[in-house]
Amino acid sequence: MKALVPVKRVVDYNVKVRVKSDGTGVDIANVKMSMNPFDEIAVEEAVRLKEKGVVTEIIAVSCGVTQCQETLRTAMAIGADRGILVECADELQPLAVAKLLKALVDREQPGLVILGKQAIDDDCNQTGQMLAALADLPQATFASKVEVVDGRAVVTREVDGGLETVSVSLPAIITTDLRLNEPRYVTLPNIMKAKKKPLEVIKPDALGVNVASRIKTLKVAEPAKRGAGIKVADVATLVAKLKNEAKVI
Amino acid sequence: MSALVIAEHDNASIKGATLNTVTAAAQLGEVHVLVAGANAAAAAAAAAQIAGVTKVLHADGASLADGLAENLAAQVLAVAGAYSHLLFPATASGKNVAPRVAAKLDVAQVTDITKVISGDTFERPIYAGNAIATVQSTDAVKVITVRTTGFDAAATTGGSAAVESVATVADSGKSQFVGREVTKSDRPELTAAKIIVSGGRALGSSDKFNEVLIPLADKLGAALGASRAAVDAGYAPNDWQVGQTGKIVAPSLYIAAGISGAIQHLAGMKDSKVIVAINKDPEAPIFSVADYGLEADLFTAVPELVKAL
Repeated sequence: MKALVPVKRVVDYNVKVRVKSDGTGVDIANVKMSMNPFDEIAVEEAVRLKEKGVVTEIIAVSCGVTQCQETLRTAMAIGADRGILVECADELQPLAVAKLLKALVDREQPGLVILGKQAIDDDCNQTGQMLAALADLPQATFASKVEVVDGRAVVTREVDGGLETVSVSLPAIITTDLRLNEPRYVTLPNIMKAKKKPLEVIKPDALGVNVASRIKTLKVAEPAKRGAGIKVADVATLVAKLKNEAKVI
Repeated sequence: MSALVIAEHDNASIKGATLNTVTAAAQLGEVHVLVAGANAAAAAAAAAQIAGVTKVLHADGASLADGLAENLAAQVLAVAGAYSHLLFPATASGKNVAPRVAAKLDVAQVTDITKVISGDTFERPIYAGNAIATVQSTDAVKVITVRTTGFDAAATTGGSAAVESVATVADSGKSQFVGREVTKSDRPELTAAKIIVSGGRALGSSDKFNEVLIPLADKLGAALGASRAAVDAGYAPNDWQVGQTGKIVAPSLYIAAGISGAIQHLAGMKDSKVIVAINKDPEAPIFSVADYGLEADLFTAVPELVKAL
């Protein structure tokens, strides 16, 4: 079966972003961009399933600006077989992305769609669940273990009190949590090979999807700053401060 | 306008996160609560006692026993017609179901709100809490998840809502619950704890983690937390992870021992009232958010602290 893996180009997780002084957003000009870390885990999982013989072809998909092609090349260097870029200059919100992916699911008929659980820029944690709803497929979110047996995926999920296991019929939507796997490093030969893999570019219109934003961002501000703290010399002073000054113990 | 809160519960009692969500919902209109479960009459009765709740919808059926997203989302949709706002706590369960409901209604969802500005405008953190966005939803129905640390908990008593049974949706048949492995703990729940003692990679091993931090947590009646590094290294279970991708906490006292203070960790705890950092690296970023920093080896400082308390 085919696996479809959506990947997002985001500000690198090591970058401390700055809010623009006019409050319109964060400044991402000239900032290092990378593949969303959860999506790397998703690509890695698809590649591992292919290595086990469960998956036959891996299609990486990205929605966004032209530069997302770099993100797709990274996915192909990890092991995806081909890429699809849904090119769109506007900001895409999770519902729009889910609709684009739904159109691609209809076209490609994958047995599994593996997404990251959330993107580290908008922190939404919605797209996988929304895609599952639109395609009317079962979902297994926050996966830390995936096994495919007899036409079903048995997925261990990270939930608040510990772990939970669900079994979903295929095709299904899976979103990855941190501990699902450790993504491999891409090697130079694989980066070179990835350049030759097919990459299709399509427009949202071609998929018949309206990508207009439903949520307007009115303002983006810096979070409230914490007051400057102090360093204490020893444990006794610390205890005294906590008891008498902060009164928290 | 009325708002529906989808309660998180274990069929017998209501989970704390629901109470914070009720407070957020009360700022939007009349508050109704949906309790969907199996043999959940006790949870529904508890929900009716919550201050500010005027009606409890109780859906009971085997298909709702384990909170499977497919069935729970269908149940929410079955009763959603009358409401302008649907609110879920931003917990693993709420985040699992809310987007599924939103997409079926063809509306965008607002994740992790920390403040209600008006019926359609909310504040929510983005970029691991490094920016706060004010967003306005243009959809007719607002589907929202509520960051519980952003709102006070509603009182568990004082309400006298009527409990109304509603028809239960059929099982989707697409997913099955297999099992659950719950981390056992006598400590307060991490997200509700007044004091949290949290450890990082510097602890070095699972044994050291327990040996050093448990006495302190016991002394303070605190919950235990961990950085992602400590969890990834296997020193602490997954559900102790505090951070952007783990739990978001805001206790009155957060003690970070051997945690450097990476962006993703700070996103989970920087709203704590008082932060104490114990770290031997004077350059550790944790000191920039700590109210009280102690530059010391945690293996000597933490036991000393236990003795001094």
